[in-house]
Amino acid sequence: MLSVSNLHATVDDKEILKGLTLDVPAGEVHAIMGPNGAGKSTLSYVLTGRQGYEVTAGGATLDGEDLLALEPNERAAKGVFLSFQYPLEIPGVPALTFIRTALNAQRKARGEAEITAPEFLKLARAKAAELKIDFDMLKRALNVGFSGGEKKRMEIFQMAMLSPRFLILDETDSGLDVDALRIVADGVNALRSPERAMLVITHYQRLLDYIKPDRVHVLAGGRIVESGGPELALELEREGYEKYARAA
Amino acid sequence: MSVLSAIKTRDAAELPGKRDEDWRWTDLRGLIREVPAPSAALDPASLPAGPFDALTSDVLVIANGVGAAHIGLEPGETKVVALRVVARGSGAHAARISVDVAAGGKLTLLETYEGEGAYLGQTGLRISLAKDATVERIVLAADDADGVTVAQAEVALAPGAAFAQSLITGGARRQRLETLVRHPGGHANLRLDGVYLLADKRHADLTTVVTHADVDGTTQQLTKGVVRDQARAVFQGKIIVAEGADRTDARMGHHALILSDRAEVDAKPELEIYADDVSCAHGNTVGALDEDALFYARQRGMPEADARALLTEAFIGEVIDRIDYEPAREIVRDWAAQRLRV
Repeated sequence: MLSVSNLHATVDDKEILKGLTLDVPAGEVHAIMGPNGAGKSTLSYVLTGRQGYEVTAGGATLDGEDLLALEPNERAAKGVFLSFQYPLEIPGVPALTFIRTALNAQRKARGEAEITAPEFLKLARAKAAELKIDFDMLKRALNVGFSGGEKKRMEIFQMAMLSPRFLILDETDSGLDVDALRIVADGVNALRSPERAMLVITHYQRLLDYIKPDRVHVLAGGRIVESGGPELALELEREGYEKYARAA
Repeated sequence: MSVLSAIKTRDAAELPGKRDEDWRWTDLRGLIREVPAPSAALDPASLPAGPFDALTSDVLVIANGVGAAHIGLEPGETKVVALRVVARGSGAHAARISVDVAAGGKLTLLETYEGEGAYLGQTGLRISLAKDATVERIVLAADDADGVTVAQAEVALAPGAAFAQSLITGGARRQRLETLVRHPGGHANLRLDGVYLLADKRHADLTTVVTHADVDGTTQQLTKGVVRDQARAVFQGKIIVAEGADRTDARMGHHALILSDRAEVDAKPELEIYADDVSCAHGNTVGALDEDALFYARQRGMPEADARALLTEAFIGEVIDRIDYEPAREIVRDWAAQRLRV
């Protein structure tokens, strides 16, 4: 599925990723943990093609295809989805309009027919109910005036609607109380399948109680410095990142 | 000295230009060396349907300055009138139009400027609202890139009247849409909105002057625009609150998106307040499209051009949403969307 090799990337001429190597096979959930400033969000933006994040060496492929050569929307159409740490507010665009426009753009890029309005609304009602989102909220401008938790839930709603193949969750737990966290985790877990893979980026172990990872990687100083099973997350929770910060 | 007298006398020195404070950003004197000869006669029957023709059977056509010049409503009467100001060719012409709405009358005025050619056209409207009359004026200005249009409206409100205006323009070689409102207070309500969508080398100037003469009047003004390429937009909004016009509530907003380095927006919002007890505010912003929002939309799968169009449509949508007459609102929305998707 996703294969990242020796990835170097700079932001404003400052090197943030310094030779990151990572493989996430289909069907697996991998967690990336690390101290602040380790390059976690940079990794998510490099993989999705944000402007200003320059790859200087190495590469990343999705199912063997060079991801970095594609435009952000082309990557989305290939199934790459990023749940933003800080979701943007889109004034004047109802959430449903935004998502339908995105979904149809992806379908068009894949050579599929557009989803009809009734089909779309039926899907939206079902997914909204699963995520306990008030349907009226979807008629409001996307994320405008939403609380931090509502915005995160809206990210997962978009994810459920777009049904991506490779999911990146960037600090999705921040701003969520325990009940919301459980709802969000249920939404994410519902998407687990042998054809999909996920990268869960988090500073705290808490989210991983709900979304159980197959592998845990420690990102420090711009590269993966240690990898292990789920028990690694518990160890980090106990002992902190200090030894990795020194190693970096 | 005015555009009208320049057309009548064919003396270009009569045209307003950059030495006139109110016209310094819309210099006609420097643009037009010679006032063109009068426009040839134009047969209204030769014209295609206008943008709002489907909404009413009451359609008035002013063709190259010639046509019906009066719209009148009896007390309590309700009407939807389409007023088409059509220009063809490269001549000069002018037209006068008067609109009188008697007490309690309700007029929806669907006004369009439809131009083809390198014409110089001037239109003067005098709009008068009696007590408790209501007018919604929706103006769609679809001028030619080579045309020069000046439309000047003078609006007089009686107490209790409501005048709402939405100007939507794609600009012209040079274009000035001017609205002067005499506001008597007395619980009369005024809404003055504008949208400009300018590309290539087009120019649009939205100038308004509102004078609150007496107590208890409201004005809500919102103008938004998008400029790209080498286009230039001018917004001059002035609200005067005369001495003693207490309890006036006036708000003015102007917000522009500049989508290219060579496009330009000149804005001059002014509040002149001579009364003590008023609530007035104005806001003015000029900026680029939010790159973060653009990336967010692209990450969800929208190609860049689609994402830009969605975000700019949403930006001006706030103004279009304020149009009360729904059938016209949707026509205006489609027209704007087409302009943004080129």
